[in-house]
Order: sequence, then structure tokens, then C-alpha cells
Amino acid sequence: MSTTDTTDAGIPVAPVYSDADVAAGLAERLGAPGAPPFTRGPYPTMYRGQLWTMRQFAGFGSPEDANARFHFLLERGQSALSVAFDLPTQLGYDSAHPSAVADVGRVGVAIDTADDMVELFDGIPLDTISVNFTINATAPIILAMYLVAAERQGASLPDLAGTLQNDILKEFMARKTFIYPPAPSLRLSCDVIEYAAGALPRFNPISITGYHAREAGCDAIQELALAMASAVAYSEALVARGLAFDSFAPRLSFHFATTMDLFEEVAKLRAARRLWYRVATERFGAIQPASGRLRFFSGNSGTTLTAQQPLNNVIRSTIQCLGAVLGGAQSIHVMGYDEAYEIPSEEAVTLSLRTQQIIAMESGVARTADPLAGSYYVEALTDELEERARTLLDELDAAGGAAAAIESGIPQRWIAESAYRLERELASGDRPRVGLNVYAADDDEPHLGEMFAADPGVAKRHAARTAERVAARDEVACRAATDAVSARAREGGNVMPPLIDAARAGATLGELADVFRLAFGEFREPALW
Amino acid sequence: MRPTRVLLAKPGLDGHDRGIKVVAMGLRDAGAEVIYLGLRRTPEEIWGAAVDEDADVVGVSVLSGAHVALAEQLVAERSRIGSDIPLVVGGTVPAEDADALRAMGVEAVHAVGAALPDVVQSVLALGAERERTA
Repeated sequence: MSTTDTTDAGIPVAPVYSDADVAAGLAERLGAPGAPPFTRGPYPTMYRGQLWTMRQFAGFGSPEDANARFHFLLERGQSALSVAFDLPTQLGYDSAHPSAVADVGRVGVAIDTADDMVELFDGIPLDTISVNFTINATAPIILAMYLVAAERQGASLPDLAGTLQNDILKEFMARKTFIYPPAPSLRLSCDVIEYAAGALPRFNPISITGYHAREAGCDAIQELALAMASAVAYSEALVARGLAFDSFAPRLSFHFATTMDLFEEVAKLRAARRLWYRVATERFGAIQPASGRLRFFSGNSGTTLTAQQPLNNVIRSTIQCLGAVLGGAQSIHVMGYDEAYEIPSEEAVTLSLRTQQIIAMESGVARTADPLAGSYYVEALTDELEERARTLLDELDAAGGAAAAIESGIPQRWIAESAYRLERELASGDRPRVGLNVYAADDDEPHLGEMFAADPGVAKRHAARTAERVAARDEVACRAATDAVSARAREGGNVMPPLIDAARAGATLGELADVFRLAFGEFREPALW
Repeated sequence: MRPTRVLLAKPGLDGHDRGIKVVAMGLRDAGAEVIYLGLRRTPEEIWGAAVDEDADVVGVSVLSGAHVALAEQLVAERSRIGSDIPLVVGGTVPAEDADALRAMGVEAVHAVGAALPDVVQSVLALGAERERTA
């Protein structure tokens, strides 16, 4: 495949586009910004009304370490937070667990207790700062601890704004931090959404993501189809509980990658909004317009960045951030240029934030809603991506929907095959990547600033802190609270209210994850490739 | 000569399996027999399977930054069971860490950005070397 005459996803591209390439009925397919089918964006004035949220993903070490990085970012003009948790926290292990030791505090912050969450947000008013949590299998536990932290600050629940990733289906497809088997995992995700629909009106209880499948290897069309299939699966499960679609759909949020093929990515993001509007109205009979109004967070693509000539990554990230803005993102993360080596240094995260600020304040692209609307090429691509994604969505439906497709390994195969094809194209040079397979200079030393240095003592210190807290808690009350979680897990009903009580009583993340392990069992995936 | 047998696994808690699956497919297409154990495998599981499967090379991939601690555990377990199967580590490994891994007894290190054909060649060469000296 040559990259010169097809898009990244393999859609043929003509040298020139004209009105003949855009099918009749464009005005109906577009609508106005803020109006169905929301192709042009979720809000009438888009960034003139409210700029996107600059949300750099951050977290490492202990809660105090991560809190210092949060303050660093907020002082430099970041408008919200996005918490990265370490793998033990994502997988339901306290820092003292033998499986955890090597990974404590590495890719994110270590959280064992609600007290840790209080320290994580020390000096950060949770009733005004919105917080994104990249957490999935342990999302209900982390949400419970966050609510306890907010309560200790005196914040009231209806004021809390933010997003919990809580999309467990894509963990089985691509991201791989599942703990429990698919069915109880889906139940826990839905418990969170159901609870939030009542208690947290400003909070997005799920971020349905195509991003991770894309980063794991699939193309833009598959990314769209997989995100939509997941959205359908959650919605069907919630409707089956007796919830009205319109009671939860306005708070569903999405997460897409923005990678290097600028116009294809913009078209994809526009097609995503139209596709979701159609799914919401055609399949679920949405009545409120907000139920079909797709809002999304966009992360840049780490897999397009290179370890070679790392400063080139600044340019790549700028193009990707621009794509997210032209595609109408509600919040954006820009990768650090040094992420092929380590989690980003302070210099690298500052540069990522400055990239967003320069695009927002100097380039003028935020002045008007959906500035590429009416471009022959972009409209033709938007239509093509939507149609191809609908075809794949039909395939996933025919396979029984997202959950059944995962069980038969369909998304996993799409992802692995596409990743392998891309790698062969990079090796053969058919797909150019500057500094990697073209203009590569073997003797170039990478130009990196001071790199982030992980703290090797964090696991031991954090485990000791948790042990002190466990020793100091009211053991009888804590035991009663975790027993209540266990009963709810086994007998049915929403786990969130007893989880919040247990977090308040000092139960640890590992203890609560174990309650669910005992009730649901653990999942071991077949090693498909 | 029988095909090179390569056992691949993800140690630690990291779930980034794009790279290791690409390497698995590259090795397969180069004629190797590949056994992929999957995610979150302990050193005991990895070396146990390597011996049971009569592997010529063991390859692991770590993109969480925990490569030094995990490689230490893997090298220690290999010594404990008295195996001489070469170990290859891939992932987000900075140059100075790659030196540390080689110094502790890891036979080859491929950091992100390594070209697939080079990784495949390196693994096959380690397998052939072991065959020759066996």
C-alpha cells in the first residue's frame, strides 16, 4: 500500500476534489453546529463559547508526588486534571502486594485508600476543577474513594465535574487492564453509570473509547466501529435494567485518537458525531437531542511518535492536536516528546501544554465552529468513513454485538493484523516516518532534556503508609462495610452505595478488589495473535 | 535443522501487547515456531513453560518502565532453575538501562523504535547460536 494515494485507513484519494464528489443532501447531513445530527459539533458556537479543556494526563509515584505535578500543570495554565494510575491500582492490588512491587508508581500514581485520594487532591478544589480518571476494572472503587475525598473537602456531589473512563469492553479488546470476566465487568461499569445518572449530574461516568484499539493497531474506520459497538452494548445493558435511554445517554462521553493523517482524522471525528446521533435515534429512540450529541476527549497517538530524533515528536503532536481541534474535541491531551523513553519530564509536559495554548490563542483556528465544513475533500471523506464504519458495525452486530465479538476474538484480530501490516510497511519504507525510515541518521544522539527519574523507594514507603492507616482504622466497622459490598456483589443491586461506605471506613483498594474477585472470579484471556 | 522455537510472554502487570504480537507474527513469517503465553506471567511460569516447550529463546516485552526490576526477577529465576536459554527484552528501555540489562545477563535488548527485521534476525541468531553450542 502506498501512502500517497490512499488515506491511512486505505480509502482511495483523488488528486483533486470538486462538488461532484459530495453526495446530494449535504445540508441535512451536516445540520448546524449544536443541532442534529451534530456533524459540525456539539455546541452552537463551539470554542467561541467555551475553549476545549486542556487536560494533560499525569500521575506517578505517591499521592504527594502526583499532587505536586498537578499543581505544576495548573500553575502553567492547564484548565483541568487527568489522573494516571499505576498498574497495581488499575488491577486492584495494594502497593504491598507481591505482584505489584515492580510496578508501584511507575505509569501512574499509587492509590490504596481514600486517604491517598485526599492527599492526591490536596489544595485542589474539587467543586471547581474537573478531573478525568483513566481507570476501568477498579473504576467503581476509585470513584468511591474520590467521592469520599470530595466529601472531606466539603464539596457537594452535584458540583463534581469530570470523567471516569470506566469502559471495560475496550480493556478486553486492547488496553488489557481487566480483572473480572466480561459479564460481571460490564455489570460494574453499568452500576457506575446508573449511580451517576442519579447522583452526579455534571459527571461523565464513562468515556467510551476507540482510542486504545487504535493505539493497539487498528485503523480509523475500525476505531469508529468498535467505539460505537461498545456504546450500543452499554446502552442495551442499561436499558435492560429498566433505565430510559434519555436518562443516561446525555452523560455518555467518548474518547478517540487523533493521529497523523490530518484530514482523515478530522473527517473521522465529524463522522463519529453523526454516527452516534443516528445510533441514538434509530436504535434507542432518543427523544432529547442531548442523548445523541457526542462529546469526546482526544488523546494524541503515542504510537506515531519515535524514539529516534525525539524533537520531531513535537511537530507530530502539534499536527495531531490541530486535528483534534478541527474535529471539535471537548478536551485534549498532547503527548510528551520524550514518551518513548520515560513518562514525560516537566519540560516535556510544559511543551505539550504550550502546544495546546499556542493553537488556542495564536493560530486562530478556534475562532469559528467546524471551519472545514463544506470542503469537498473533508465532506467526501466524512461520508466515506461513516459508511465504512456502519458496515463494520453491522459486522459486529451480526457477530452478536461488542461483547460476543470480543469473545470470538474479532476486534483482537483486526488490531493484531493491522498492527503487523503497519510494521511491515514501516520496515519496507512504504510508509515513511521521518527520522525512522527516511532521513534517519545513525550517528544522531537524541536531543532530550532532563529525563524523568522514577523513585525506586516509592513502593516500600507507600506500602508502609497504607499499613499504618489500616492499623489505625476501626476494624469492625470496616469489616461490616466490606461485607456489605460483598453481599451486594453476590445478591445483585448497585454496588456503589456500599462501596462508598467501605471507602469511608478505610477499606483498601486491594481489599475491595478482592471482594469482587471472590464474588466474580478472575479472567485470563486466551493469548490470541 | 528444526525450526527455532521462541517462547514469548508479558511479565509484570503491563498490558501493552502490540509490540510482542507484531514480533510473534514476524518470527512466524520468518519460519520460527512461536509460543505466546500472554499477559501478566510470572518468572516461574515463563521459565517453566520455556523448559517444557523446549524453547531456544525467551522473549519478553515491557512498556511500563518496570523492565529493570522484572529483568532482575527473570534472570534470577533462570539461574535458580539452571537454564541457559537466552533472554531477549523489548520495550521502552532507555540506553543506559539497556546496558544494565545486558550486564545482568539479558542476551539482547530491543528498545522501541527497533526495526522488526532486526528484532527477528537477532532472535533467530540467538536460537541458532544455542543450537550450535548445544
